[in-house]
Amino acid sequence: MSRTETTTETTRETTRETAMETTTVASPLSVVTGTGMGRRLVLAALAGAAADLAGVALIASAAWLITRAAEQPPLAALSVAIVAVRAFATTRGVFRYGERLAGHDVALRAQAGTRERLYRALIPAGPLPQRGADLLSRMVDDTDAVQDLLVRCLLPAAAALITGVAAVVIAGFLLPAAAFVLAAGLLVAGVLLPAGTAAAARRWSARIAPARADLAARVADLVHGAADLAAYGARDRALSAAMDADGRLSLLERGQARINAAALGVGMLTQGLTVVAVVLTAQAAGLGRVATAVAALTSLVAFEPVLPLAAAGERFAGVVAALRRLGETAATPPAVREPAEPASAPEPPLAVEVEDLVVRHSGREPALKGVSLTLTPGRRVAVVGPSGAGKSTLLSALMRTVEIESGAIRLNGVDVRRLSSDDVRALITGLTQDPYVFQATVRDNLRLAGPEASAEDVEAAVRRARLDAWTERTGWDAVLGEDGRTVSGGQLQRLALARALLYDPPVLLLDEPAEALDEETADLLMADLLDATRGHTTLLVTHRLRGLEQVDEIVVLEGGGVTQRGTHADLVAVPGYYRDLWESEALTRHHG
Amino acid sequence: MHKDLLRLARAERSVRIHLACCLAAAVVAGLLVLVQAELLAGVLSGRFAVAALLPLALVVACRGLLGWAQGVLAGRAATALKSALRRLLLGRVEGLGPAYRSGELVTLAGRGLDALDPYLTGYLPAVAVAGVVPLAVVVRLFVADLATAVIVVLTLPLIPIFGALVGWTTKAVTERQWRALARLGGHFLDVVRGLPTLRAFGRARYQASVIREVAEAHRAATMRTLRVAFLSSLVLELVASLSLALVAVPVGLRLLSGSLDLRTALLVLLLAPEAYLPLRAMGTRFHAAMEGVAAADETFAVVNPPQETGQERAEEAASARSAKEAASARSAGKAESARSGGRAASAGGPPEIRLEDVTVRYPGREETALDCVSLVIEPGERVAIVGPSGAGKSTLLHLLLGFVTPSAGRVLADGVDLAELDLDEWRRRLAFVPQRPHLFATSVADNIALGSAATPEEIRAAAEAARVAEFAGALPQGYDTPLGERGANLSAGQRQRVALARAFCRPAARVLLLDEPTARLDGRSEAAIVAATRRLAEGRTAIIVAHRPAMIDLADRVVRLDGGALVPPVPVRGGEAR
Repeated sequence: MSRTETTTETTRETTRETAMETTTVASPLSVVTGTGMGRRLVLAALAGAAADLAGVALIASAAWLITRAAEQPPLAALSVAIVAVRAFATTRGVFRYGERLAGHDVALRAQAGTRERLYRALIPAGPLPQRGADLLSRMVDDTDAVQDLLVRCLLPAAAALITGVAAVVIAGFLLPAAAFVLAAGLLVAGVLLPAGTAAAARRWSARIAPARADLAARVADLVHGAADLAAYGARDRALSAAMDADGRLSLLERGQARINAAALGVGMLTQGLTVVAVVLTAQAAGLGRVATAVAALTSLVAFEPVLPLAAAGERFAGVVAALRRLGETAATPPAVREPAEPASAPEPPLAVEVEDLVVRHSGREPALKGVSLTLTPGRRVAVVGPSGAGKSTLLSALMRTVEIESGAIRLNGVDVRRLSSDDVRALITGLTQDPYVFQATVRDNLRLAGPEASAEDVEAAVRRARLDAWTERTGWDAVLGEDGRTVSGGQLQRLALARALLYDPPVLLLDEPAEALDEETADLLMADLLDATRGHTTLLVTHRLRGLEQVDEIVVLEGGGVTQRGTHADLVAVPGYYRDLWESEALTRHHG
Repeated sequence: MHKDLLRLARAERSVRIHLACCLAAAVVAGLLVLVQAELLAGVLSGRFAVAALLPLALVVACRGLLGWAQGVLAGRAATALKSALRRLLLGRVEGLGPAYRSGELVTLAGRGLDALDPYLTGYLPAVAVAGVVPLAVVVRLFVADLATAVIVVLTLPLIPIFGALVGWTTKAVTERQWRALARLGGHFLDVVRGLPTLRAFGRARYQASVIREVAEAHRAATMRTLRVAFLSSLVLELVASLSLALVAVPVGLRLLSGSLDLRTALLVLLLAPEAYLPLRAMGTRFHAAMEGVAAADETFAVVNPPQETGQERAEEAASARSAKEAASARSAGKAESARSGGRAASAGGPPEIRLEDVTVRYPGREETALDCVSLVIEPGERVAIVGPSGAGKSTLLHLLLGFVTPSAGRVLADGVDLAELDLDEWRRRLAFVPQRPHLFATSVADNIALGSAATPEEIRAAAEAARVAEFAGALPQGYDTPLGERGANLSAGQRQRVALARAFCRPAARVLLLDEPTARLDGRSEAAIVAATRRLAEGRTAIIVAHRPAMIDLADRVVRLDGGALVPPVPVRGGEAR
């Protein structure tokens, strides 16, 4: 009872959230539009500009002080400049400090926001177009690009713009012609060069990325295919192919280095020649010595925040690409269509009826070609069949993580397409393929399947999954996962089973619980599992037949269709996949 | 510079020359700043005529040119060094064994080495400039104006001192924060990877708020640290700019009294910041450079493994090499004295294979993989090896392939110990179909021809025989379709057939080694593989690790392994049918 109530509550929240998500799916610049982000960003930019301006003003006032002092005026005429020099020298550092703090604060906020938005977009998403652990970690790296966008591209550009304008204005007071010269130089170094490096980076990375991927593939061939290569005496050739790929990449990288070097050289040249041109203009216009010196040194220093923009342009191209990738990932279409007005979830006990189910993974042959199955309360059904027969697809369809093409799945007569997918998963779930161990304690790894469960419930689930000896040994607070304690295949499956038992869904799904275990462990686990699920509505997908005499019905799935069904005794009596598998299993097993 | 990197850079001519020229360009460009300041001060003070702007422009042009050259040369040095490191790494792959953290190795040899770029192209030139230019500036200042030089000399050491001091006091905190940052990225990755599991238990949405809370807590903690950590840059910035004020104001006052000329004053003003700049530039590049050093450390840890394991490996490699040399010397001798005899041995029929009390023990494991196994396989015999997983079946095949060597006992081929044979030559007589064949990122045809110089006709014939032809025609580019990670997606059965075609493509092979070729296959694919294997085994010795009855039926004899030991023979199933 109480379960259903909470479920409907979450449903309402869910639909609201889904509506929100569709409007905020990451566009690259949405990172700066968060609450209060704009104000913080402006503050950081102003602090940066103030630091750069103080630098320009320091040199300008020092130049004025020195050249004016050479004219030997009364000391009082210099006092303002002396104070100014000291003040600018002090404030430059302070402003810089403020800029760095504000900039990092805003960047961290933006990154956190991007990650949360991306994650929310992924929740209803179907399988990502780019899968695999490497690609996932690249996606996480891509969210770092937001930091670079702010700290290394936008903020420096804003500070450089403000400083450049201020320097041109100073020069304009002294001599309008010199201001034009300076403005031209700054435009070359601050606009043309960064635009050029950004364009070059785009072009070169389009050439470098395939070369890099080619090298990576050849390196992977050498490492992962080491045994094949050794057996066939093909190692040397593969090594030279990898080094050829390295050579091609090196050539391209050198090309890119040449472009960046050219940008650096042109930047330095522009700075120097602008100063020369400013002095020349000043001399030609007969400007005084003091004004000439101030104009020249102001021009020289004005380039300091502007020159790094060439490198920022290069980085900007990378940032834009990363944000585009994120946008594409976030736009992954949802796995299933959610109903506009979901029907209320049926009450357990639950009868599941699968009728003529056809499921097709994008654009391929149907994975299920008309499968029918009935699961009445308290019954246990096993699904067996060769790999690729559609067993896991059937479970995905039941869990609403893949869309139904035709046919239907009904829960107590209600079509699952009329229910919200979260509601369906609250009723039908369990041990899924590739269960995941989080970097968290043993307790938290279990509790995610029952945050409100009592300590007794957790312990009971652990006992039923026969994980208690292990939790005793490891301790409930031991951290698991990548940086923590390693979990063996058997323990992982038992952990996943304990989660499933703790969650205690009305219909329990178990997908290849003995996958990747050695014979002995697999036998033990299957025996425990069949014990633990007695009297519980269960759908078990397996490729091991030992112990299946205990289940109520066995369905053989081959090539997306049901080829046999019946009890163990029925199926071993007739020729077919089941009997073949049973015999070969018996043959390779210990005779002990 | 990194010790091992330096040695490598010295040894590689291309790295040595380009790196030396790059550093020289950086230093010369740095020194030209002095000339530029000299000329600019001269012109602005009116001491030099306007014509002096021409040499000034030339100096500016030279600096631009040198900056460009420095970048180009740095790029060349970096790519050459990365290539050298890559060659070293990839050359080690075979010696590391198949399971040696392969994923990490692939990453390191690929993107991992790119971390060296900032070290080579940014940090090293900055170090070179910092070593020369401040000194030159100070010397010039001493000549120009003693008082200024003294101020600069007194404040200059404050930069490294404060840098080290502040860095030292905040190091622990900063490092903790960097680790926290990595953990935060790790947390996010963790949650995204576990999304299917979270979804299964209705916890996916809840985690979104956890991501936000964790990130917010991290941001608050980071900002507390940064407030202290950024003090270091505040101090450095203040030292540099206050020193300028310390120089400029007294200079102005001395100009007022006429004890200093304007040209010197301007020169001092232009030069003083240049003394501090290289040190600060070096500092800002330090962090990125250290990532490069870490990558270099990792590479050299693989290339020259530390302590006793390294020694073991070196010994192993040395003994393998000497055995190989001995073998090749022997075969060379044979080739000279009795060429026809040597050829007859390799071109002749299948060898007799004899295992004498062979024990195999993998390093770091207690139990033996094979325990005192004695077995004779007659020429042309077809043997099925069965047994539970972990029984030592694959180890037996790897033993015959020379991937593992016996810890005790010997393996004989036609009476010759495998340890004394030239492995390459021996392997040419074998055809191996592993349990999970690796498909290389080349065409279907090249995958079949792997290691042999087969003609297109021979490749076609092998493909027909292994029934690759059935699906190769349907691939987008037929036999030219690229395979591998980014290539066409073949099913498990199709992959096995490509691996079988490899075996067909070696007509000279006399011994077939098949490791569960039909595991993970459905009935139809299995039938295809079994039929192909039957044809392939004709006139050859076949040793087949098998699970399924159809494959076991092929064999003349079934050998059962359990726990690394032979189990007494059982009658062959369906033997009477043949």
